[in-house]
Amino acid sequence: MPTELLQQAAADNHWAAIAPELLVGCLALLLLILEIVLPKERQEIIPSVAIVGLLGILGGLIFNYHSDYVGQTTFNGLLHHSGTGQFLRLFFLMAATGVSVLGVVALKRQAMPKVEFFAITLVVTGAMMLLGQSNHFVMLFVALETITVGFYVLVSYTRTNPLSLEAGLKYLIMGALSSGILLFGIALLYGAAGSQAMMASTTDPMNFEALRIFLYANPNSPIAAVGIVLVLSGVAFKVGAVPFQIWIPDVYQGAPTPVSAFLAIASKAAGFAILLTLVSVFDAYQSLVVTVLSIMAIATIIFGNMAALTQHNVKRLIGLSGVSHAGYLLIGVIAAIHVPFALGAICFYLFAYMLGSFAVFGVMTHVSGADDADQDLDHYTDLAKTHPFLGAVLGVGLGSLAGIPPLAGFMGKLLIFLGAFEAGLYGLLAVAVVGVVLSIYYYFGWIKAAFFPQWRPPVFEGDDPVPEPPRQTVGMPAGILLATAALASVLLGFYQGPLGVWLGLS
Amino acid sequence: MDLLLIAIVSPLALALAMVLGLPKALTRNLAYVGFAIPAIISIVLWCQYGDAAKVSTYAFLTTYDTGLSKLGINLTLGLNGISMPLFVMAGIVGLAAGLYALQSGAERLHTYVVLLLIMQGGLMGVFASVDVFFFYFFHELALIPTFIMVGIWGGRDRNYAAMKMTIYLTVGAMLSLLGLIAIYYTSGAKTFDMIALREAVLVEGISVGIQQNIFGMLMFGFGVLVSLWPLHTWAPLGYGAAPSSVAMLHAGVLKKFGLYGLIQVALPLLPQGAEHWAVILATLAVVGNVLIVGIITMAQRDLKQLVGYSSVMHMGYAFLGVACLSVVGVGGVVFMMVAHGFSAALLFLLSTSIHHRTQTFDLDEMGGLVKHAPVLSAFFVAATLASIGLPGFANFWGELTIFVAAWKVFPTLTVIAILGVVISAIYGLRAAARVFFGPQTEAFDKVLAEKPATDLTWSEKLPALLLLVALLALGFWPKLMTDSINDSVTAIYPAAEAVVPTDVARN
Repeated sequence: MPTELLQQAAADNHWAAIAPELLVGCLALLLLILEIVLPKERQEIIPSVAIVGLLGILGGLIFNYHSDYVGQTTFNGLLHHSGTGQFLRLFFLMAATGVSVLGVVALKRQAMPKVEFFAITLVVTGAMMLLGQSNHFVMLFVALETITVGFYVLVSYTRTNPLSLEAGLKYLIMGALSSGILLFGIALLYGAAGSQAMMASTTDPMNFEALRIFLYANPNSPIAAVGIVLVLSGVAFKVGAVPFQIWIPDVYQGAPTPVSAFLAIASKAAGFAILLTLVSVFDAYQSLVVTVLSIMAIATIIFGNMAALTQHNVKRLIGLSGVSHAGYLLIGVIAAIHVPFALGAICFYLFAYMLGSFAVFGVMTHVSGADDADQDLDHYTDLAKTHPFLGAVLGVGLGSLAGIPPLAGFMGKLLIFLGAFEAGLYGLLAVAVVGVVLSIYYYFGWIKAAFFPQWRPPVFEGDDPVPEPPRQTVGMPAGILLATAALASVLLGFYQGPLGVWLGLS
Repeated sequence: MDLLLIAIVSPLALALAMVLGLPKALTRNLAYVGFAIPAIISIVLWCQYGDAAKVSTYAFLTTYDTGLSKLGINLTLGLNGISMPLFVMAGIVGLAAGLYALQSGAERLHTYVVLLLIMQGGLMGVFASVDVFFFYFFHELALIPTFIMVGIWGGRDRNYAAMKMTIYLTVGAMLSLLGLIAIYYTSGAKTFDMIALREAVLVEGISVGIQQNIFGMLMFGFGVLVSLWPLHTWAPLGYGAAPSSVAMLHAGVLKKFGLYGLIQVALPLLPQGAEHWAVILATLAVVGNVLIVGIITMAQRDLKQLVGYSSVMHMGYAFLGVACLSVVGVGGVVFMMVAHGFSAALLFLLSTSIHHRTQTFDLDEMGGLVKHAPVLSAFFVAATLASIGLPGFANFWGELTIFVAAWKVFPTLTVIAILGVVISAIYGLRAAARVFFGPQTEAFDKVLAEKPATDLTWSEKLPALLLLVALLALGFWPKLMTDSINDSVTAIYPAAEAVVPTDVARN
C-alpha cells in the first residue's frame, strides 16, 4: 500500500477535534479499571467519578465552545463540525450527567452490579456526540449501532424484573428491524449514487456532500426515492414517530427510570440530529421528504396525545407524551427547510424538553418503589403535601412539558409555531394546537393527582390495601439536579437572553 | 426606576422568595407588602398619567430585551388611556383579594398566598404590556395559579370544575395565541409590539379576507376567556367552586383580558374583520349572554352560582359595546370593565362572608341575616345595586354609554339588552331579600344555635370598603377616568366612526 495515501489520511485525522468524545470514552474505561482496582467497599465513589468527569468534560467543552474546528470536515469526510453539532455535544453531555445522577438514586434500590450502568451510559453518550456530527453514512450507522447496542443492555438492566427483560427483548427486536430498514435504505442510495450509469455518480456515495450533489443531478430516481423513504423510516424508529412508535410504551415502562429518561431525552435528540442532517442532504427530494415527514408529524401528534389520555401508568404516559413531542419537533424540522430560525427553535425546544423531562423523571425516580415498572398515578396522591419539594419540581416539569407559559416548554412550542407559521404550514399548526389542548388533559391529570386533595376509598377491616411504594428522600446531587431543572425551566420562560443569542434568535 | 416593572416584579419576586424558603412566620407581613406595592404604584401612576409624556398614546414606555429581539419579542411596558384604568383596577382589586385571603384562614396559607401573588404579578403585567406577546404571556401566568387554587382550595365539585376550566380556557388561549401569531405575520411587521403593529397596519393593511378569519379566531378565542355564550359554561361552575379571592381576581380582573385584547388589539388592527363579525357578536352577546343567561340566573338557588352567572350575563353588555365598533361603544366598555371588576369582586367577597355566617350557599336555607349582620347586608345591597347599574355607581355610566352607542347600530338588540337590566334587578334584589330579609329559616336557626353570626369584622370590612369606595367614586365622578379613556380611544380609532354600519348606510 502506498504510504502517501496513509499519510494523507492520517493528516486528515484531527484527533483534537473529537477530544470530548475521546475523553468520554476514556472515562468509561477508567470506571471499569477502577472497579477492578478499588476494593469492594470503596467502589461507591465510582458513580461520583463518572459524574464529576462528565461535568469536567462539559466545562472544558463550554470553555472551548468556539473551537477552530467548527465549520470544518475531518476524518476524511466522516465528521463535519458545526454550530449545531457543538450544541448537541453539550446537550448529550448534560443529558448523560442527569441520567448518571438519577442512576445513582435508582440503583440504590436494586441488588445489581452498578458500575457497568455508568460505563455504558458514557459509551452511548460518546456515540451520540459523534452521531450529531456525522457526515457519512458509515459513521452514522456505526454511531447509531453503538447507541442501540448500549441501550439493549441498559433497557434490560434490572434483569430480575421480567418487565425489564421483556422491554429489552422488544427493544432488541424493534431496534434490529429499524436498523435493517435503515441499512436497506442506505444500500439503495449507495447503489444508486455509485452506479456508473447514473449522472454525477460518485466514488464515495456514502458521503453526505457527494450524495447531496448526486441527488441534485438525479431528482427523479425511483431507487433513490425508495432509499430516502426507508432511511427516514429507520430514523423515525429512533425518534418514536408514528407508525414506528409501537415499542415506546412497553420499553419505557420496563426500562429502569433513568434509562427511560435517557431514551426520552438523548435518544430522541439523537434521532433529530440525524434527521436535520439528512433533510439537508435530501434537499433535491424536498417534496417527498416534506410529504413523508408531514404525514408522520400529524399521525405522531394525534396518536401520542390520544394514547396518553387513558394511561394510568406514569411511565407509559410520559413515553406516549414523548411521542407527541417528537411530532411537534417534526413540524420544526419541516419548517427549518425554509425558515432559518426554526433550527434555533428546535434546539431551544430540545433544551426545554430536556429540562422538563429531567424534572419529571427525577421525581419519578424518587417516588417509584423497588419495582420500577409499577408507577401508577395513584402513587402521587398528596405528594405536594408530604414532599413539597418533589411536588413543586413535578409541577414545573409537567407544566413545561405541557407548554404552559411562563415556562421554557411554552417558549419552545411558541418558537416552533412561529417557524411553522412563517413556513406556511397552517394544517400542521392546527393539528399541533389540537394536540397541545389534548395534552393539557393528561398532564393536568397528573398534577391533579399530586396536588389536589383526592378521595381515597375507606379501608375496611379485613381488607388488605396495596401499599404504596415508599418515597425516597432527596439526596444532595439529585436535589441539585431537580432544582436546576425546575429553576432553569422557569428562568428560560421569562428570559431567554444568552440561549436566545446563542441560537441566533436575538 | 421603572414603576411599571416594579409593580409586576415585586409580587413575583416575593412569591419566589417565599418558595425558596423565607421563614413562614414572615408570610403574612410580606404578603401585605406584595399586594400593597402594585396597588400603590397603580394609583401613583394614575395621578401622574395626565401630565406624563406620551408616545403614540402610551405613557411610561420602556423596553427590555429578553433574548428574542430578533423575532420582534421584547418586554415593552407602558400605559395608555385604555390600559391605565384597568391597571388601577387590577391593583385595587388585587389588594382587596389579598387582604381577604389573608384573613380567610385557609389551609396551607403559605402556598395559597404564593399562588395569589403570582397571579397578582401576572395581572399587573397583562395591562402594562405594550408587547402583544407579553400581554398573552402574563395572562397565562395569572391563569395557571387559578386552576391549581380551584383544585386545592375549591369548594364543591372542585376537581371537575378545575378540569373543565383548564380545558376551556386552554382552548380559548390557544385560539387567541394563533390569532395573535397570525397578526404578527400578516401585518408584515414581524413584531409583537403594539405600536409598531398599528403603524404597519396603517401603512399596508391586512387584506379583508384574512382580517375576517383572524378576527373570527380572536373573537371566539377571547370569547371563551370572557365567557361569551355558548362558550361560557366553565364560568359559573368555576366561580362556584373557586375560593373567594381567586373568584374575585378571575371574574373581576383576569377575565377582562379577552375584552381588553379585542379592544386594544383586534379592533384597531382588524377593522374590516370586526365589521364582518359585529352583528354575530352583538346577537350572541344580547340573546345569549344577556337574555338566556339572564333567565338562567333568575333560576339559581345557589348564591355563588348566581353571582357567577350574573358576571357572565354582564359580559354580554361589554360584548355589545365592542360590537358597536365606535368610540362611544368602546369607551363605554372600558369604563364598564373597570366598574364590573370592582362590583363582581365585591359580590364574590360578600357571598363568601355570608357563607361564613350561614354555612350554606343555598338561598332557600337563608333568611333574616340582617338582624345579625346589618353592615354586611348594607354592603351586599349596595353591591347588588351597583351590579344592576343604579345611578351613583360606576356600572351605571358604563352601561348607559354602551346603550347609547348600541342604539345607533342595533336598536332591537338594545331594547332586549335594556330588558336585561330588569332581569338583573329581579334576581339581584330577590337574592338580597332571600339572604337578609324575611323570616329566619329553620336550617339557619340550627346554624345559629351552633355558631352565632357576627357582623363583618374589620379585616373583612377593609377590602370590601376599598371596592365600594372605588365604585362610588367612579359613580359620582366618572371624569376621573373618562378623559384619559376618551383621549386614547379617539386616537386609536381615528376612522372608527366611519365604519359604523349605520353611518355607512347614511352615506
